[in-house]
Amino acid sequence: MIAAPAFLAYLLAAVLFIFGIRRLRSAETARSGNSISAFGMLIALGTTLFITGTLSLPEILAGMVIGGAIGAVSAQKVKMTAMPQMVAAFNGVGGGAAALIALSEFYQADVLGTRPETLVGSITAVLSILIGCVSFAGSVIAFSKLQDLFLTGSVSFPLQRTVNAAVLLVALLCGANAIAGGAILPFLSPFASIAVLFFLALGLGVLLVVPIGGADMPIVISLLNAFTGLAAAMSGFVLSNYVLIISGTLVGSSGTILTRLMSSSLGRPLGKILFASVSGAVKKSEGGEERPVNAASPEDVAALLNYEAEKVIMVPGYGLAVAQAQGAMAELARLLEERGKEVKFAIHPVAGRMPGHMNVLLAEADVPYDRLYDMEDINDEFAETDVVIVVGANDVVNPAASDPEVESPISGMPVLDVKSARHVVFIKRSLSPGFAGVDNPLFYDTEKTMMLFADAKQGLQDVIAAVKSGQ
Amino acid sequence: MSSTLLLSEFAVFVIAAFLGFELITRVPSLLHTPLMSATNAIHGIVLVGAILALAAPGDTFTRVIGFIAVVFGSMNVMGGYWVTNRMLEMFRARPARRRRRPR
Repeated sequence: MIAAPAFLAYLLAAVLFIFGIRRLRSAETARSGNSISAFGMLIALGTTLFITGTLSLPEILAGMVIGGAIGAVSAQKVKMTAMPQMVAAFNGVGGGAAALIALSEFYQADVLGTRPETLVGSITAVLSILIGCVSFAGSVIAFSKLQDLFLTGSVSFPLQRTVNAAVLLVALLCGANAIAGGAILPFLSPFASIAVLFFLALGLGVLLVVPIGGADMPIVISLLNAFTGLAAAMSGFVLSNYVLIISGTLVGSSGTILTRLMSSSLGRPLGKILFASVSGAVKKSEGGEERPVNAASPEDVAALLNYEAEKVIMVPGYGLAVAQAQGAMAELARLLEERGKEVKFAIHPVAGRMPGHMNVLLAEADVPYDRLYDMEDINDEFAETDVVIVVGANDVVNPAASDPEVESPISGMPVLDVKSARHVVFIKRSLSPGFAGVDNPLFYDTEKTMMLFADAKQGLQDVIAAVKSGQ
Repeated sequence: MSSTLLLSEFAVFVIAAFLGFELITRVPSLLHTPLMSATNAIHGIVLVGAILALAAPGDTFTRVIGFIAVVFGSMNVMGGYWVTNRMLEMFRARPARRRRRPR
C-alpha cells in the first residue's frame, strides 16, 4: 500500500486524464485536453519516482531517458501519412510493457518469494500477460503491414480459426495451471507455464492480425489500443495501484467505443473483420475487354473548372495521402475560390488510412477544418454540384457498393454519392481498381466522367497551371 | 490482499469502465485519429507499473525485464503525447494563418 499523499497525487493524475479526454471531443479544446492529460502523466510519474526513491536506481532513469528519446525522435520525424503505424508502434510497446510487468511480478511472487502470492494477483497477471502480448505482437504485425515491411495484404491459411482457438485454449490452460500453482499440469511449474503462456500469446497476436487486410487496419489498431488499456488495468490489479486501474480501464472502455464508432462509420461490423474468412479472394474483372473511358488532359479539366463549375467538391482519398498531394489539392481549392467558386471537401470516413486521418492531412496543408464535410453532411449536396474532383480514391466513391446486383467486398459500405454530380473528374494513376479490387462503373460513364491519368500530385499541379493560364 | 481492498479496486474498475464509455460517445470522426492517439498516450501509464517493478527487490531476471518495460513504457508515454500534439497542432494553426491570406 502507498502513503496518502502519493495516493492523492495518483488520484489527481486520473482526474486530469478524464478531463483531458473530455476536452478531446471538440477540435477547439482538443489540444489543451492533450496537454492536461500530459500534465497528469507528469504528476503520476513524478510521484512514482519519488516514492521509489529512484535516484538510487540509475537504471530506471537510464531506461526512461532511452525510451523517451526513442519515442520523441520517432514521433517528431514521422510523416503525417505514416501516423497510423506510429500509433500502432507506441501502442505495441505499451502492451509489451504491461505484459513484462506482470511477468516480473509473477516471478517475484512465485520464484523469489519477495511478494505475497495471491489468487487475484495471479489471475490478473495471467490476463495482463495474455492481453499485453496479443497487443504487442498484433501491433508489430499491424505496423509492418502499414509500413509495407512484411506479411502485407491479408494472409490466410487453412483452418485458421481452429488454429487460433487451439492456441488460445492451450494459452488459457497454461494460465490456469499457473494460477493453480501447477496442480493442473504437474509436469509444468507455475513459472514455466507463465513463460509458455507468454510466447503463445505473442503467437496469438500474430495469428489474429495476419489475415486482416490493410483497409481494416485502423480498426484493428484501435482495438489493440483498447487491449493495451485493459492490460495496463490488469497490471494495476497485480500491483494494487489505483492510477493504473483507472487510466487503463478508461482507455480500455473508451477504446472499445471508439473501435465501434469507427467500424460502424465504415460499415464493417467488428465481428466480420476479425472472424470472417477473408471475403472470397478479390475477383478481378473478368475478360480482357477494353471499355472506353473519357481520358482527359489537364487542360480539359481546367476548362471544365473555369467555365462550367460554380460549385466544386473535392474528394481526397488514400492515393492523395500517399502522393503527399494534400498541399496541391489545397492550392487548387484556394485558386478556385479566388475565382468566386464554392469549394468544399468531402471526407469519407475511411479516407486516408484511419478515420480522421484525412482531416489531419488536410489541416497540415492549411485547409480550414470548417471546410471539411463528413459523408452524412455532404451526400445530399452532390446532386447540386457541378464538378467533383476525386483524387486518389476509388472504393469510397464506387456506386457498386450500394448496387444489390454486385457481390463485392465493399457491398453495403456507405459511399460518397459522387455519381449524382453533373461532372466527375478522377485524378488517378490508372484504371486499376482500388484497395478492395472492385471495378468502378463510374469510370466508364464517358458522358459524366473525365479520367486524368496521373500521379495525384503531378496531376493536381498540372490542373492548377492550366487553370491559371486559362483566364 | 484483504477482500475490502480487492472489492474497492473492483468498484473503481467498473466505474472507470462506464466513465470511459460515456466520455467517448458522440465524437466527430474528424477527431477519431487524434483521440485514438491521445488515449494511446494515456495507457503509457504502464510506465508507473514498470518503474515500480524495476524498483522492487529482485534478481537479474526482474532487472532485465523491468528495464525493458521501463524503456517500452517511456516510448509509449513520450511518443504518444508527442505525436498527438503534432496532430492537434495542425488544427490549431489554422485561424492564425488564415488571416494572413485575405481573399
